[in-house]
Amino acid sequence: MLSYLANPLRFMRFSRLAVPICFALGLVMVGWSLYNGLLVVPPDERQGGDLMRAMFTHVPSAWLCMGLYAALAGASFVWYIWRHELADVAARAIAPIGAGYTALCFITGSIWGQKGWGAGWHNLILGDSRLMSVLVLFFLFLGYMALRAALETRQKAARAAAILAMVGMVNVPIIKVSVDMWQTSTIHQPSSVISIGSPTPREEGSGMNPVYLQQLLWGFGGHTLLAAAMIMMLMRSEVYTQQGDRLLARKLEGA
Amino acid sequence: MTASPLLSAFRSSLSEAWASGAGLLLPLGFFAGTATMVPFTLGSEAELLSRVGPGILWLALALSSMVTLERVFQADLQDGALDLWLQDAGSISLIAAIKTLTHWLVSGFPLVLLTPLIGFMLGVPSEKMIPAMLGYAMGGLVFFLWGGVAAALSASVSRAGLLIALIALPLYVPALIFGVQMVEAGIDSPSFLFLSACTLFALGVAPAAMGAALRLAAE
Repeated sequence: MLSYLANPLRFMRFSRLAVPICFALGLVMVGWSLYNGLLVVPPDERQGGDLMRAMFTHVPSAWLCMGLYAALAGASFVWYIWRHELADVAARAIAPIGAGYTALCFITGSIWGQKGWGAGWHNLILGDSRLMSVLVLFFLFLGYMALRAALETRQKAARAAAILAMVGMVNVPIIKVSVDMWQTSTIHQPSSVISIGSPTPREEGSGMNPVYLQQLLWGFGGHTLLAAAMIMMLMRSEVYTQQGDRLLARKLEGA
Repeated sequence: MTASPLLSAFRSSLSEAWASGAGLLLPLGFFAGTATMVPFTLGSEAELLSRVGPGILWLALALSSMVTLERVFQADLQDGALDLWLQDAGSISLIAAIKTLTHWLVSGFPLVLLTPLIGFMLGVPSEKMIPAMLGYAMGGLVFFLWGGVAAALSASVSRAGLLIALIALPLYVPALIFGVQMVEAGIDSPSFLFLSACTLFALGVAPAAMGAALRLAAE
């Protein structure tokens, strides 16, 4: 699948159809999960009452911001080794979307946590280890974009950014572990979508309440599709820009 | 490969540090200055200062490592030394490592020596001083290594100071956390082992990344 799409022409043909489909499906799924999550499911008093509804955005975006950084590093790796132009176009497109999702994760997390864990704002935003590692990830994305913007030629920017993304990726697990150890008693609940000891248990120690889990899964799918659609859109515009540059260069040479 | 390019890299960065006059004193002054600002911002309660003292020194160390990073590789790029080193295929990572170590020796190690003085001024308990100095020595090396990667990546960017800071600061996080914990818990704590692991990891990975980045910058 990936090697099939590695051809820019085939990618453009595929994404022309895939972007609207992913976008529409993603919007419907996110809309459905938000509608149910915000209006239909009962609030969970142990999770901060109505504030826990932030979960339906927070948890999918948390999954996406980690996933997107890994995707960024993966695309950078592919570009660095095989010099495949489309991989660099992808890496370039993933960065702003990833930064957006880390911001979203951080914002919804601090809204939810405002009351959810019984702590005040100030204490939470810079005091919770899991939100802090999201914030560090946000700065990694920012640094990546800043480096790309600072280097003058596209080729140089792509190479430097790829090195940075790979260096960042080998550091991400270490950062995650160290931030977790920084606060042994985090106020964040343990991660628990599918595992036992969940945020919204029916009883102590059982899995997540299926009412919530269902909406979360819609959110996961929807946000993933939305992110894919946005990334492909950015990639398409980048491919067009490059084509335009090439045409312009050819025209100037001919003139 | 003979040792001569390595030796020349070592000598040239040493002499650069001496020749630029304030070059050596700059991070020292910055480090001491930052630490002296602390009582003004946090208040002068002795108990509070002695508690936050080691952490403040860590912060000052991380920030003062930034002061000189910008020039580490930029000077070599501009005067052509980088191109000469690149002629000697395969050694650029080693040279980058040597340059970073020298950089640490001239602008990181003096901060370690200054630690007891500033620590004493902040009222840090004397039994914490030895772990603190050891931690600053190792943590400073980690900072210079990851900071060196950022500096090498942006070597061809003019006025890259803030860019380097933005790139390097997230990579400083683990050493910072383990370092502060180690000062609290002492040398025989797991945090010391974690900090050592961070140092070794940076020593293993960062020179290769610096080498790749420098090869790019020279083009």
